[in-house]
Amino acid sequence: MNPAPSVILFTVLSGMGFGFLACLGIGLLPVQGWAAFGFWGLGYGLAVAGLLASTAHLGNPQRALLAFTQWRTSWLSREAWASVLTLLVLAPQALSDWLGLDLGRWFGAVGAVLCLVTVGCTAMIYAQIRAVPRWNHPITVVSFLWFALTGGLLLSGGGALPALAAAVLGVVLWQGWRIGDGRFAEAGATLGTATGLDRIGTPTVFELPHTGGNYLLREMIHVVGRKHARKLRVIALVLAAAVPAVLLLALPTLPAVLLSALSHLCGALAARWLFFAEAEHVVGLYYGRR
Amino acid sequence: MTSLPTTTAKKLGLVVDLDTCVGCHACVTACKGWNDQGYGVPLSDQDPYGADPSGVFLNRVHSYQVQPDQGAAQIINFPRSCLHCEDAPCVTVCPTGASYKRSEDGIVLVNEDACIGCGLCSWACPYGAREMDAAAGVMKKCTLCVDRIYNEALPEADREPACVRTCPTGARHFGDFADPDSKVSRLSAERGGFALMPEMGTKPVNRYLPPRKKDRPSEASLLAPLLDIKATGLAGWLDRVLGKI
Repeated sequence: MNPAPSVILFTVLSGMGFGFLACLGIGLLPVQGWAAFGFWGLGYGLAVAGLLASTAHLGNPQRALLAFTQWRTSWLSREAWASVLTLLVLAPQALSDWLGLDLGRWFGAVGAVLCLVTVGCTAMIYAQIRAVPRWNHPITVVSFLWFALTGGLLLSGGGALPALAAAVLGVVLWQGWRIGDGRFAEAGATLGTATGLDRIGTPTVFELPHTGGNYLLREMIHVVGRKHARKLRVIALVLAAAVPAVLLLALPTLPAVLLSALSHLCGALAARWLFFAEAEHVVGLYYGRR
Repeated sequence: MTSLPTTTAKKLGLVVDLDTCVGCHACVTACKGWNDQGYGVPLSDQDPYGADPSGVFLNRVHSYQVQPDQGAAQIINFPRSCLHCEDAPCVTVCPTGASYKRSEDGIVLVNEDACIGCGLCSWACPYGAREMDAAAGVMKKCTLCVDRIYNEALPEADREPACVRTCPTGARHFGDFADPDSKVSRLSAERGGFALMPEMGTKPVNRYLPPRKKDRPSEASLLAPLLDIKATGLAGWLDRVLGKI
């Protein structure tokens, strides 16, 4: 699949944003006054920046509001509702922390759950697609949720908890690749089943239907992005998981949090690039490329 | 609404005969020609006369080489377009309700006025049946020529999809699969029509007919009796004697 910058930024930034908002919601990072304004602002900023980035790849963004209509069937529509609902529910908590309104943590707790629901919906947009076997597995949802959680905990302060989360993220990433590498074969689609020609023999591509490029080749049979897959996997694993885990235990809180969050963000971008670039769509079978 | 109809009164679709398709691409051209000025926005081309031409087509003809267990390989031309699936994943993923399946005849269509061009439906389709129009930013797909098949302004012979109407070898057939006695249902039953990628769970309506078994030249030549020349006279006597030694 085409690793478009808009979808990579959307999933990474909004994931990290909603993860951080969940941590703020349950009061993991007790903040008050202008500090609260700054931290809540960072959470909202990341989430909203991600959501806005997602509209950049739309052909007709002026009709984006229609995406709220099909929540009964569409995960993309559910994600739209969940994200807006989450941001609204958390608003009283943010105001309470900033202005000292003393509203308790009910809005924050409910909002934290909604944060996870939102990230879950985002993941389901991809995990539901059977035509992309690598995505079509629960590990996609686990990975998205754990990325959000790790990002949120990292921004909420140093110590053992975020370090542990980062270490576990490494395992989740590794498991994701291990499972993902076998998914295409498990799904069972081959050029033989795609054409039905396995009935009479073994088909191979003789001639393509067109000599130029087309939407399918650009969007779904995008093979250039996985050229450096092996290196990128190592980079993602080191930057998103290993470096933060070590830094958080080794350095004092402030530099540890700043450096590990930055490292994690770069690693997350690399991992998400691979999430798209390594995903093979079954339509590639018709073209003899995956 | 992007929930799929539980049943459709008709199941309109195509039968594509892989035995008779000669790969001339006339269906591709006829489809582009009709749909360029019919339903929805035109099928735009980008850089059509330049170095890197590309454009939207609703039908593409691939060619495959098939190697049987024994004997020579065979070339099969393979037209690929929307299969108007009963369990169409492209419909349920749509966030705006632009993508829908008609309950009256099962045709899967895009309401372009509601399409935001997110592309998710094209990702959900295993068959590559949907292509985004780069000029209009909306998703294009086979409409089964919905603006022909019910069009009473056209002569009755023309009330079928452009690809079917134009096919010079009669490799494409249009009809109602819900009716077991329809031409397409009978054709599919007689010739062992199959669905593409059944493992994707999409329940396609369109059927493909497998290539017929080709005649095998028999081991012995038809001229064999004539070629078996018996020597006579002296040569015949030598043949018999030498054969016995």
